[in-house]
Amino acid sequence: MIVQVNGKRSELPDSIKSIAELLAHYELDKKVVIVEMNETIVDRNEHDNTIIQEGDKIELVQFVGGG
Amino acid sequence: MTNRYSRQILFQNIGEQGQQKIQSKHVLVVGAGALGTGLGENLVRAGVGKVTIVDRDYVEFSNLQRQQLYTESDAINRIPKAVAAKKRLKEINSDVTIVSHVLDVTKEELEDLIKGVDIIVDGTDNFDTRLLINDIAQKYNIPWVYGACVSSYGLSYTIIPGETPCLNCLLETVPLGGATCDTVGVISPVVQMVVAHQTTEVLKLLVGDKESLRKKLVSFDLWKNDHMSINVDKVKKSSCPSCGDNPTYPFLSYEHETKSTVLCGRNTVQIRPPKPVDRDLNQLKDILTNQGTGTIEQNPYLLSYTFGEKRMVFFKDGRVLVHGTNDISEAKTLYHRIIG
Ligand SMILES: [Zn+2]
Repeated sequence: MIVQVNGKRSELPDSIKSIAELLAHYELDKKVVIVEMNETIVDRNEHDNTIIQEGDKIELVQFVGGG
Repeated sequence: MTNRYSRQILFQNIGEQGQQKIQSKHVLVVGAGALGTGLGENLVRAGVGKVTIVDRDYVEFSNLQRQQLYTESDAINRIPKAVAAKKRLKEINSDVTIVSHVLDVTKEELEDLIKGVDIIVDGTDNFDTRLLINDIAQKYNIPWVYGACVSSYGLSYTIIPGETPCLNCLLETVPLGGATCDTVGVISPVVQMVVAHQTTEVLKLLVGDKESLRKKLVSFDLWKNDHMSINVDKVKKSSCPSCGDNPTYPFLSYEHETKSTVLCGRNTVQIRPPKPVDRDLNQLKDILTNQGTGTIEQNPYLLSYTFGEKRMVFFKDGRVLVHGTNDISEAKTLYHRIIG
């Protein structure tokens, strides 16, 4: 499936269906990340249930502590 | 009249009036590391009336690659960052009142520091301090500008009490130490980029141009050429304990105050006495000299004691940094062996 992640065209393996799986794919599942899909924020409790579709526009913003 | 600020005044959105506002304001910069030194320099050059800068650490050679106010001599002499920063900032602009403190901010200290402060800017390197700032900012209704970076990635968000979601809304859970502990390094330009975002937001707030605030959570990766910008308004929760309808300011409560902290990626533990003390460094030097084994180095602000693979740095406010370990109990044992 082809989606846009952070503005870039990304081809995802077929095994990835949900936002939670997408985060695991990018090794962000244990990080604090805000997910926006098609310009709507996806609630953290909905990461498992939110299914990704072909062409979705996804933005991932990770919170980091350094400075 | 001096023309020090002429280019900033020519900039339409600031102008003569904006400049006067900037010069009448007080900004608190928490932390004088990479972000803090960049913020401090920008704000002082811009002519902010009063800048207070606080930091708990001292300058080391590994800081010089990105912490723009410091020199080799600061690192050689282990000058506390707050002291070295103030000296350099004074040289840059003597018009600005610069106040600096060598301390690790806790609730008590922050309650004092924020008196008369218009804006708080985030120059810290950890979530514990940021969540403390977040609660203080909500309690006293002071805008603050979050910024953070690691490797080539950075982000920033401007938090206006009563309007935007707060950091607690955004994070929901406090990230575990490991998640924020960066062992992947950082490049200087990403620091500059975060600082640029933070400073610009501060200037907008100082001149009262709230319309122009960015209003979005912004993040970027300069190496991967990514740029993200998200509207997070919907993340604000009326049940948030920091900014919601019935705030309890959880991070201002005593239980959240860590007495001993592992400083991430630095193989260092900070130990803080239960109450601030005024440590007599000369007396400490005598005690350590009598104990015999290690090497003692001292400057007016701190005393460094090296023995074997370990080094302990004692600050006048009672804090001790134990270098060479990530083990809090080991650090405490060494601390109590000397301090009793
Ligand atoms: Zn909140």
